[in-house]
Amino acid sequence: MLKTFKIGGIHPHDNKISKGTPIEVMPLPEKVVIPLSQHIGAPAQPCVAKGDKVKVGDLIGTANGFVSANIHSSVSGTVTAVDAQPDASGVRKPSVTIEVEGDLWNEHIMREATELPDLDAKGIIDAIAAAGVVGMGGATFPTQVKLSVPPGKKAEFLIINGVECEPYLTADHRVMLERPDELIAGVELLCRALQVTQAFIGIENNKPDAIKLLSQKAAAHNGASIKVVPLKVQYPQGGEKQLIDAVTGRQVPSGALPIDTGAVVQNAGTALAVYEAVVKRKPLFERIITVTGKPLSTPRNLLVRIGTPIRSLIDYCGGMTDNVGKVIGGGPMMGRAACNLDAGVTKGSSGILLMDDKEASRGTQGPCIRCAKCVSACPMGLEPYLINVMAKKGMMAETEKLHPYDCIECGSCSYTCPAHIPLLDYIRLAKGEVMKIMRARKS
Amino acid sequence: MEKKLIVSPSPHIHSGNSTQRLMWDVIIALIPAFIVSVVFYGLNAVTVTAISIVTCLLTEYVITRFLLGRKSTLSDYSAALTGFLLAFNLPPTIPWWIVVIGAVVSIGVGKMSFGGLGRNPFNPALVGRVFLLISFPMQMATFVSPSSLDATSGATPLAIVKAAAKNHENISDLMTHFSYSDMLVGNMPGSLGEVAALALIFGFIYLLIRRVITWHIPVYVIGTMVVFSGILWLVDPSHFADPLFHVLTGGALLGAIFMATDYVTSPMTKGGMLFYGIGIGVITILIRTWGAYPEGVSFAILIMNATVPLINKYSHPKRFGKVVTKKA
Amino acid sequence: MNETLIYTVLTLCSLGVLAAIALFFVAKKFQVWEDPRIDDVEKMLPGANCGGCGFPGCRGLATALVKADTMEGLACPVGGAETMKSIAEYLGRVAEEKEPEVAVVRCSGSCSVRPKTNLYDGAQSCAVASSLYAGQTGCSFGCIGFGDCVSVCAFGALSMDPRTGLPVVDDEKCTACGKCVKACPKMIIELRKKGPKSRRVFVSCVNKDKGGITRKACSVGCIGCGKCVKTCPFEAITLADNLAYIDPQKCRLCRKCVAECPTGAINEIGFPARPPKTEAPETK
Repeated sequence: MLKTFKIGGIHPHDNKISKGTPIEVMPLPEKVVIPLSQHIGAPAQPCVAKGDKVKVGDLIGTANGFVSANIHSSVSGTVTAVDAQPDASGVRKPSVTIEVEGDLWNEHIMREATELPDLDAKGIIDAIAAAGVVGMGGATFPTQVKLSVPPGKKAEFLIINGVECEPYLTADHRVMLERPDELIAGVELLCRALQVTQAFIGIENNKPDAIKLLSQKAAAHNGASIKVVPLKVQYPQGGEKQLIDAVTGRQVPSGALPIDTGAVVQNAGTALAVYEAVVKRKPLFERIITVTGKPLSTPRNLLVRIGTPIRSLIDYCGGMTDNVGKVIGGGPMMGRAACNLDAGVTKGSSGILLMDDKEASRGTQGPCIRCAKCVSACPMGLEPYLINVMAKKGMMAETEKLHPYDCIECGSCSYTCPAHIPLLDYIRLAKGEVMKIMRARKS
Repeated sequence: MEKKLIVSPSPHIHSGNSTQRLMWDVIIALIPAFIVSVVFYGLNAVTVTAISIVTCLLTEYVITRFLLGRKSTLSDYSAALTGFLLAFNLPPTIPWWIVVIGAVVSIGVGKMSFGGLGRNPFNPALVGRVFLLISFPMQMATFVSPSSLDATSGATPLAIVKAAAKNHENISDLMTHFSYSDMLVGNMPGSLGEVAALALIFGFIYLLIRRVITWHIPVYVIGTMVVFSGILWLVDPSHFADPLFHVLTGGALLGAIFMATDYVTSPMTKGGMLFYGIGIGVITILIRTWGAYPEGVSFAILIMNATVPLINKYSHPKRFGKVVTKKA
Repeated sequence: MNETLIYTVLTLCSLGVLAAIALFFVAKKFQVWEDPRIDDVEKMLPGANCGGCGFPGCRGLATALVKADTMEGLACPVGGAETMKSIAEYLGRVAEEKEPEVAVVRCSGSCSVRPKTNLYDGAQSCAVASSLYAGQTGCSFGCIGFGDCVSVCAFGALSMDPRTGLPVVDDEKCTACGKCVKACPKMIIELRKKGPKSRRVFVSCVNKDKGGITRKACSVGCIGCGKCVKTCPFEAITLADNLAYIDPQKCRLCRKCVAECPTGAINEIGFPARPPKTEAPETK
């Protein structure tokens, strides 16, 4: 019996049309727009001004506070603006715009290095913080914060998230297949940073090639004990809480952090970024992005510089067609629909997904027939239908006892609803409101 | 100008499931039992079913379009399903005008008066059936034996047992007259769609495969009936019928598989389903054994329907992370 | 027969008496004393239970009024000064003077002046759409148009104008309860002084983007040029974050700013129609 999480879950068609395409390096764009807030927490403070010349890997924004991350230039060229630019959702955010001139790298970056440096936990975490590494699965939580275990708590093991349960996306899959040695080295570094000796790599068994390859590499690795855990395919297995449950059988209590179960979860892409940050002193200024979707002629996995406009990625993979109805940053379940294609990709962009008009439009809404499919699908054991109705009626305070704050916004409820009710739309609203109420009560 | 992109909150994909598809699946699942009834009752089965469905559709259309002034809701097939289920609950030789009354009550009173699909507290088909049972007890209790389709009215096995119990006859002697194989294929007097146990079980398997319903409610209902009637039977076989007899006769399977699992009127959580299923099982056997009517599935389901809002209020799904299991 | 009857009557009677005794003691034991004035004050209130006062329903306000020492901060926006005066009289206190207010929609970005840049296909709720992204147009500050304000209004004072896609306030029905103000995620609706003869002048825009961006997104947005600030003879207009604001207390309704505004972002309400002019007032 393969392991998986215990409550709820759905089985969407995985549509991994780009899984056989090797990672390709995307040509440099003419201009990049790098937002100063690509992570959860405070936006970085810009440290360049208009007219400055920058090289690849130069610091352009410094972390502002404990939960924040450094931002580096992804190209070499001239800063043409430091101002508010609309992101993919059209919201204006402080950004740095750089005109690309050549490809000169910061001389601190050791592009050829492969030896693991002899650093203690603090040294590794500092190197990660300096490189501005954030969680690359989409949550973009600054990695150095996640690795700094709060006093009184103890990390027992590291879990690497190679699940990639979102349909369409294949970036992590390709990383595991093409960069296994670096990935394993990254896992070793993460283990040292956390001072743990046990690491698990959770991979769903729709990626047997990755399971096989990484199992061999992990067995050959000396250092921390690394074990590949094949998992039964089920969405949302890539959710941090679901993954911990699937791999260890421990459940993160409501309101608690994963560290309370002794687990620290990092994405496979993050492990690679950590390797590059520590070994090559290479800041996080490029990442692997799946550009996919049925309207595209050539779906690809691309190594892209942060800040490259979404439009140029799409053009590189076949371009927009007349029937494209929606462009999504991320996967189809949790990704955000973009309305501004001139925005740059960020550290958290795991994919760019195009959908045709038919796939993009939501079905006609009907009355709730109380089929309880949403209740069975919810991986957090909530009652989506009830939260939806109450939130719609504006009974936000009353929804608190239905625990909307536990919602991980995986979208399983909306996905499964036969009446096409946009359950998550309202639950997300209720979650925000209830958390506001709870915060107000605390202070 | 460039085409405008669509923007919506996540998720951006859907399972493709729809209310229509679910209703269709239930209708398809009913077809094996319908075929059996056509084989046994011939044209009668077809006319009763057709009249029931057409009346249900018409009633819903008239109410939505002319009384409520809304868009017609016929396309969700739920009215057709109600008509189908109602016909399954009627004797095959029932006069056509009674079917019409039943269908109008089902849709008009049982469903639309509460606001239509999704709002009705009681199973509409059962509301219609029970209304007819109380209003026309004679016609609703006149059954024919499938093997001899003449006017000589047959009595359902449950009615025979009830009558015997009233006369203090030994039931275990009576039991030897029934053949379980006949019951499995439906060769006994009864309502149109309830007789063929095997066909209904086929339907159940289809619904499970299509993930329309989960196994919980039917298994809980039948399980409770077996356990409860089994205890009674073990205590005194001369007074009580055996469990298999209870499961195979009357509307037990039809009710447990198709009526108790009605989405709108059944509980939302697995825990609630357990309580609901046990309730239906117990009440059915209580009515069958000590009640005035020989059959009690419809009443049992309606009674438990009434408790569903309460069940939903107090039963909640198991939340993630509530119980921290220490393993690994 | 007779016996049955007698027994039935007797049983019922004795049951009744027993229940009455039990109820008497229960009522005594669980009695909660309430100031009878609360009931009286509640009756004086309009009974709309709109929550505009900040309390859950009229009874909440009545309780607070009776318990409080002064009337400060306690007011029924629906009943207005009249109601509060009579309650103050009843309670032997002095009512706070409050000018009548009315809700004002500060956005004129109708479909024709504010072109859509994308199509929203989510739940038809302003709150959902605004938490998702910047909006269907280039202006991320303007009205979303799904009518969250309309659905919270307990008095039917708001309605969506199907032509413009913007909410319209009915001055007569609006009680300034402030629910729409809270419901609007973009904070477009403001309670403003109703003004003499329901006449008001206000900046019908809340866009804080720089002028060029605003102009591109909407032809009637405030671009923060500051012309109105200079024109105003009463110093009623201030400019902050590229957005002008007219202080209703200082504004004397001279309407000079309305004529000066290059984009027509300043609205006047309740004035008689101006005589048609042969040429546009702004020549620059």
